[in-house]
Order: sequence, then C-alpha cells, then structure tokens
Amino acid sequence: MTGTWVYVDHFKGAALPASYEAIAAAKTLGGPVTALIFGEGVEGLAQTAFHYGADEVLLGEDASLADYRAEAYASLLSKLAKEQQPDAVLFPTSTRGREIAAMAAIDLDSGVLPDVTEISKDGDSISATHPIYAGKLLSKVTVSAKPALITLRGRAFGKPVADTSRSGNVTKVAAAMAEGDLHTKVVDYATVEGRVSLADAGVIVSGGRGVANNPALTPPAEITDEKEKEIWRAQQGFLMIGELAQAMGAAVGASRAAVDAGYIPYANQVGQTGKVVSPDLYIALGISGAIQHLAGMRTSKVIVAVNKDPDAPIFKLARFGVVGDLYEIVPALTKALKERLSK
Amino acid sequence: MKIAVFVKQVPDSAAKLSVDNGAVNWGDAPLVINPWDEYAVEAALQLAEKHNGEVAAISMGSEDAKEALKHALAMGAGSATLISDAALADADAAAAAKVFAAAVQKLGGVDLAIFGKQAIDSDTGLAPAMTARVLGWPALTMLAAIPALDPGAKTIQVERAIEEGRQVVEGKLPAVLSIVKDYAEPRYPSFMGIRKASKAEIPVWSLADLGISAPESKVRWTEISAPPAREVTSEMVTGANADEIAAKLADLIIAEGVL
Repeated sequence: MTGTWVYVDHFKGAALPASYEAIAAAKTLGGPVTALIFGEGVEGLAQTAFHYGADEVLLGEDASLADYRAEAYASLLSKLAKEQQPDAVLFPTSTRGREIAAMAAIDLDSGVLPDVTEISKDGDSISATHPIYAGKLLSKVTVSAKPALITLRGRAFGKPVADTSRSGNVTKVAAAMAEGDLHTKVVDYATVEGRVSLADAGVIVSGGRGVANNPALTPPAEITDEKEKEIWRAQQGFLMIGELAQAMGAAVGASRAAVDAGYIPYANQVGQTGKVVSPDLYIALGISGAIQHLAGMRTSKVIVAVNKDPDAPIFKLARFGVVGDLYEIVPALTKALKERLSK
Repeated sequence: MKIAVFVKQVPDSAAKLSVDNGAVNWGDAPLVINPWDEYAVEAALQLAEKHNGEVAAISMGSEDAKEALKHALAMGAGSATLISDAALADADAAAAAKVFAAAVQKLGGVDLAIFGKQAIDSDTGLAPAMTARVLGWPALTMLAAIPALDPGAKTIQVERAIEEGRQVVEGKLPAVLSIVKDYAEPRYPSFMGIRKASKAEIPVWSLADLGISAPESKVRWTEISAPPAREVTSEMVTGANADEIAAKLADLIIAEGVL
C-alpha cells in the first residue's frame, strides 16, 4: 500500500489540534491517508480522524499502550510501516511525535524532516521547509528514503475543516512489544488542567523583565531579601497578565530574562532557547525584544507591544505599540477587552 | 558510574545570521557551547558527584568544537574527546546518532548518555531518541528532574517536562537522557576549571578510531535562505490616560479579526 500515514498524537485520549492539521496536510500530498491511533480506549478518536480527512484508521489498542512510551509506540509504528510501506509518515511536532519519528528513522533506515512549516510533493519525493536557528533562517530539506518521516509544526498548516459525513474503515492492530520487554514504566502525572499550551495557542500574552518594575506594590513584611521582593513583584505582575490572558482564552509566555530571573517557569519561555510560537495575536508586555526572543515569535500574525522604552526593538515588529507603564495599561486593556468580547 | 555527555558548538544565540553562497554566516559572533547542553553537563556533574561517577564529554565537529569541550571541562567534566572526520561533514541526525552510539560503545561501561534537548543551530532535537534507538537503550527525554537513581540496581526515576505538565517515569540503566532548563542552573566554570581546561589535551577520534564507516545520511539540505522580511506598518497608540489608550487598543485588536 502506498499513501501517507499520520500519527494522531493525543494525551489521555485528547488529540492535539496539530494531529488534525497533519491529516489535512497529508491530503494535499494526494493518495490515501491513513491515521495511526495508539493507546487504550481511544477508538473514539477514529471518527474525528475520518471527519478531518483520514480514509482509513490503524487502531493499536493494548494495555501496554495505555501510557505513551516511546519504545512501545515507535516499535509498533515501525512494524506496520515495514509491512505496509507508506510513502510518508507525518507527525505533529510534539515531544511524543518527535521521539517516535526519531526512533522510527533508525528502525526503517530513513530520515526525519523535523518541525517543518511547509511541505510539497516534488515528483516522487517530498520536500519541506525546516526553520533553523529558531527561524532566523529557513532550510529546504528532502529525504532520500521511504517512508519520509516528517514532523509538522503546529499552526503552520492552517486550520482543518471537519466534514462530519465522512467515515472509513478501522483496522485493529496488535502491539509490537510485550510488556516484559519494555524498559520503562509510567508511574505518575502532574498535569495542569485547562492550561493552554503555547504551541497550540491562537493568542499569547508574554511578560518580560519589565513585569517586576512596579514600585507601588509592597511585598509582605516577611519577605526581606531584595531578590525575593523583586520576584514577588514580578509574580503579582504575571497574575495581572494571567487575567488579561484569561479574558482572551490566551496562553501566558515569557522572555528568557523573566525566566532566568525566576519570575515564571521555563515551560513558559518563548524564544530561541524556549518555544518557537506562531499565534494569531502576540502581546509583548515589558519585553524589549532581544534577537533571541524575536526569533521565537516573529511569525506571529499580529504583534502588540507595551514598553516604557520608546526605542525598544520589539516596536519594529509590532503592528500596534504603546509606550507606557504596563501596570497601568494591562488592567485597563483587560477591562476594555472584557467589555467588548462579552457583547 | 560512567556518564557520557554530548555537547555541540554553535553560534551564540544573539548572532545576526545571513546566507553567503548557500552557507550560514554568523559574522563575528562567538561560537559557544550549545546553551541547552550546559544543562546536560550540569546534570551529568550532579549525578557523578552524588554517585561517585566520572563524566566524559564528547563533541562531534571540526577543531572549533574543542571550545565547547573546554567549557564542559571547565565546568568539571573529567575528560573530553572530539570526534572529527571529513566524512561527517554532511551527516544528518541519524548518521550523527550512529556515531554517538559508536562513541558510547568505545568508551565502554557507560551507564548514562546525556544530551541537551536540542541544538540551537540545526534545531532538530532528534539526537537523544535516535542514539537511544541505535544503542537499544531506553530514551528518557525532556527531564526536569531525576528524583531517584540507583547505579547498583541499575534503576532510575525521572520527571519529564511534556506539553501537558510532568510525567514521572521509571526506567532501567543504561539509558539515554535529555535534560531541560528546569533541571538546575548550570554552574559557572571556576577559575581553576578554566585553567585546567585550557591546558587539557583533547584527543580526536576519527571514524576509523570508532571502528565504523561513515553512516549514510538520508536527509539532504538543498537550500538555506533568509526568511522573507516582515512587512509591518507600525502604529503607536496614544491617549490622555491608560483607559483611553486601552479602549483604542482593544478596538484596533478586535478590528484585526484575531480574537
């Protein structure tokens, strides 16, 4: 069988939006599209995969697949690919997608085109655009073996449209590894409910070093250390930013300076040494715009910047800029947006 | 316990990049150890300190890459080795992983091979999982913490930073790890460390030394280009007070149709 396969990445049965973007992207390559769904109790995802354009589903359900484990998932994918010889396998660029693609490349003696933002069919082979140096440059890449293993950057391929009248065949497949042969075991999760992931977010509000600059805030008396006072001020600032984010259903980001100063965890960092994001709207608050930050958000559709310094480099990328104190502007903007969006 | 830590030399993240005759030009920006690899070195050193282990730093690249290795030595790594061979000039991630795996085997008795999460130049993030697969070891990637490690019993417990939060996983040694920023702030090289590193002899291994022929690269780079310049018409929003500015800004954002 030829055609394109898509690995549907999910967490506990909730598919990443980028999985469906990948199915839609697979359609553009021509030929049948097969969705791979691995897990336990995840058969429900098959219907959604059909709605977004899959023609067939290979469903791997087993107790050993209940928790994602790279070895188990990659072994199953590689076994199926050896048997059925797809032309290409697409994955969303997630921690899991990248890892399975990497392992499958070794198993199948092929290569990975990672985190690509464009794909096109060039005769028999697929070429793709991979942003390198956090998007400061673009490289065109191809792979000379089959299947081509390609991970697609979230939000780079447009929003897929669901057609609820579509359906298809589900073929059940058995796990490739026995539990006893696996070297790892998942023992626990600590996940944050309702958190909007930066990679999938349509709107991101980010804070920088400037978030700590509110002398009007008085830290509690028990905090005596100057550094801790600064962190406390910044954390109040990020709570304020969180309210603005909540008003728009946005994710909260941060600059490296804010993360390095201990204001907010690394998971929120946007930039060359953090996450590269591409939302429809990016609001930069108290971020001056170091090259390494700009590299991580320059492809955002609309950029808004609020900064005290009129010469901050971030203003060069901004569609709308405000020179001012974010502690005055942000609460007023939250209020103004809430009024308008509730109408 | 024996730990191999892999480091890469990259242009500084503040570098302005351009493309000259199809090659990347970073001007006079310094070449530094890949920032993510500093966390890998820190993790290797902490684990070695706690479990009486030794840390061997390894890099693949040209003679330049010795600077990244010297940084690892200055931080406290016990030894450093450069893998350099003209046949590796266009190595893709899978070819590099085969070389890394061969280096781990040549070192012998390695319990942990540790990587940073990705290199800030090539941005593939594939090396840890690929190297694990070549070795047939488990890949425990994106580690924010390593709550337990028992070199005697050959077991490890790790906390992975995944998109949805944290995942706690138990695994068996030997294993390949990749480390993220949450693990710990990397130490600054000490004065003594820098002196030691500057005098260190860094042996160079060729593919022949590793006992392998050049692995075939399936991925080809056909073109490197600068992204199209961003055309932005900037508009500064002003007003008599914050409420007026915020009201104008809210209207403008909504008019863009992005909410």
